[in-house]
Amino acid sequence: MTDQSTANRGTSTRIISDFLQRRREQIVQRWADEALFRTVFTVSRDEAAEAAGSLVEALASVAASGRIEDLRAPGFTGVREQLTRMAASRARGGAAPSQIADEVAALRPSITDLLITDLAGSDGEASGPHVVTLTVLMGTLRLFVMETALSAGEEIIDRQRLQLLEVATPVIKLWSGIVAVPLIGTLDSARSQVVMESLLEAIVDQQAKFAILDITGVPTVDSLVAQHLMKTVAAARLMGAECIVSGIRPAIAQTIVHLGIDLGSVITRASLADALAYALHQEGAVIVDRATGAGGPR
Amino acid sequence: MTETSGRVAACLPIRSDTDLAWVRQHVRQAAAEVGFGLVEQTKLITAASELARNTLVHGGGGQVESVFLDHGRARGLRLTFTDEGPGIPDVERALTDGYTSGGGLGLGLGGARRLVHEFSIDTSPGHGTSVTVVCWVGVPPRPREEAR
Ligand SMILES: Nc1ncnc2c1ncn2[C@@H]1O[C@H](COP(=O)(O)OP(=O)(O)OP(=O)(O)O)[C@@H](O)[C@H]1O
Ligand SMILES: [Mg+2]
Repeated sequence: MTDQSTANRGTSTRIISDFLQRRREQIVQRWADEALFRTVFTVSRDEAAEAAGSLVEALASVAASGRIEDLRAPGFTGVREQLTRMAASRARGGAAPSQIADEVAALRPSITDLLITDLAGSDGEASGPHVVTLTVLMGTLRLFVMETALSAGEEIIDRQRLQLLEVATPVIKLWSGIVAVPLIGTLDSARSQVVMESLLEAIVDQQAKFAILDITGVPTVDSLVAQHLMKTVAAARLMGAECIVSGIRPAIAQTIVHLGIDLGSVITRASLADALAYALHQEGAVIVDRATGAGGPR
Repeated sequence: MTETSGRVAACLPIRSDTDLAWVRQHVRQAAAEVGFGLVEQTKLITAASELARNTLVHGGGGQVESVFLDHGRARGLRLTFTDEGPGIPDVERALTDGYTSGGGLGLGLGGARRLVHEFSIDTSPGHGTSVTVVCWVGVPPRPREEAR
C-alpha cells in the first residue's frame, strides 16, 4: 500500500467513525427492525434498540482506531459478550452460524444508504471510497459474529457432552441383587468417575451382591482404561459386591495380553448374558432350557 | 534392495484429552485405509493411545505425525510422537513393566513396544522425547527390530 492510499484510508476510517457517531440514532432505528435484533429481542423493541446502539458504538470505535479489518481490534471486545449472548440465543432457536452471519450482512444496505445521503450533503466529497471502507468494516463484523457464533456452538456442545456423560451411564437392575452398567464410548477419567459413583450408589440402593461392567461398547482398552476398570472393581468389592467385566471382544483380549495388563483378579465373561448366568448361578438361581432341560452353571 | 517410501497422512496436536480421542480416531481411519485387520488395528490404536497419553502427561504436550509407508508390496503405517518435555533419563527403566514415575500402571511404553512391529525412542534429558512406531500389513519387510 502506498503512503498516499494509507493516508486516504486513515481519513476515510475517521469519516466513517464520525458518521457512525453522528447518525447513531437513525442507524439504531433502522437496525432494531432487522432480523438480527428482531429475532433475539422479541419482546421489547427498546432492548433491540439498545443492543443495536452498543453495536454502532463499537463499530465507531473500531473505525476510529483504523483497524477495520482486524477481528482483534479492541473496539470489538466491548460487544463480544453481547454478541455471544445473541448468537447463543439464535443458536438455541436452531439458527446455523451461516444464517446468523447472513443476518449481519443484511444490516449493511440500510446503513450504506444513510452514508450516501449523508455524504451527498457535504461538498465535493466522492462517497465511493467511504462506502468501501464501511463495507470492509461490516464484513469484519460479519466474520466476528460468525466466529462468536461458532464458539457459542462449541460451548453448547461441551455442556451437552457433560449432560450426556450422566445420561449415558445408566445402572440397570437385572435381577434382585444383580446390577449392570453397559459402558459405551471412551472411558476417560471424568467418565469413569461418573461410572464408579453411580455404580456404588446402585450397589447400596439395590443391596446388590453382583455388579456387571459390560465393555462391549468401549472401543479401546489401554492401560488407563484398565486401571479405571480395576479401581471400580476394587471399590465395588469394598462395598461387598463382586464385579464381573463382560463384553471383552477377541481383538481387545489379545491387545490386553500384549499390553501386559493382568486382569487375573477380575472375573470376566465373554458376554453380558454369560455374566448374568454366572451371577444367577452364584445366587443359587438356575436358568433351564425348557426344550432340552439343560441348564445350570456356565 | 527395496526402498521404503512414505507419504505424510496427518500431523495432529496432542494438547488435551479431546486431542487423544482425535488421535485414536485418526489412527483407526488410517489403519483401516492401509488395510490392517481388526486385531492389528486395535493393537495399533491402543499403542497410539498409550504413546499419545505419555506425550501429553509426561512430555507436557506435543504432536503426532502419521506416514503411510510403501516397501515393495508391503504397506505400513508409521507414527511419530514428539514432545519438548523433560526427556526420559533412563529409557531401559522406563520400558520396564510396572515402572511409573506417576500413578500409572507403568505398562504404556513397554506395552506399546509389544503391540507394534518396530519401535524406537529418541530422547535426551531436557530436550524432549520422540517415539516412533511402525506396523506393517502382513509380513514386515525387515526382521523385527530387536528392542533395545
Ligand atoms: N514422553 C515422555 N516424556 C518423559 N517421560 C516419559 C515419556 N514417556 C514415558 N515417560 C516416562 O516413562 C515412564 C513409564 O511410562 P509408561 O507409559 O510405561 O507408564 P506410565 O505412563 O507411568 O503409566 P501407564 O501404564 O498409565 O502408561 C513414565 O512414568 C515416565 O516417567
Ligand atoms: Mg503411559
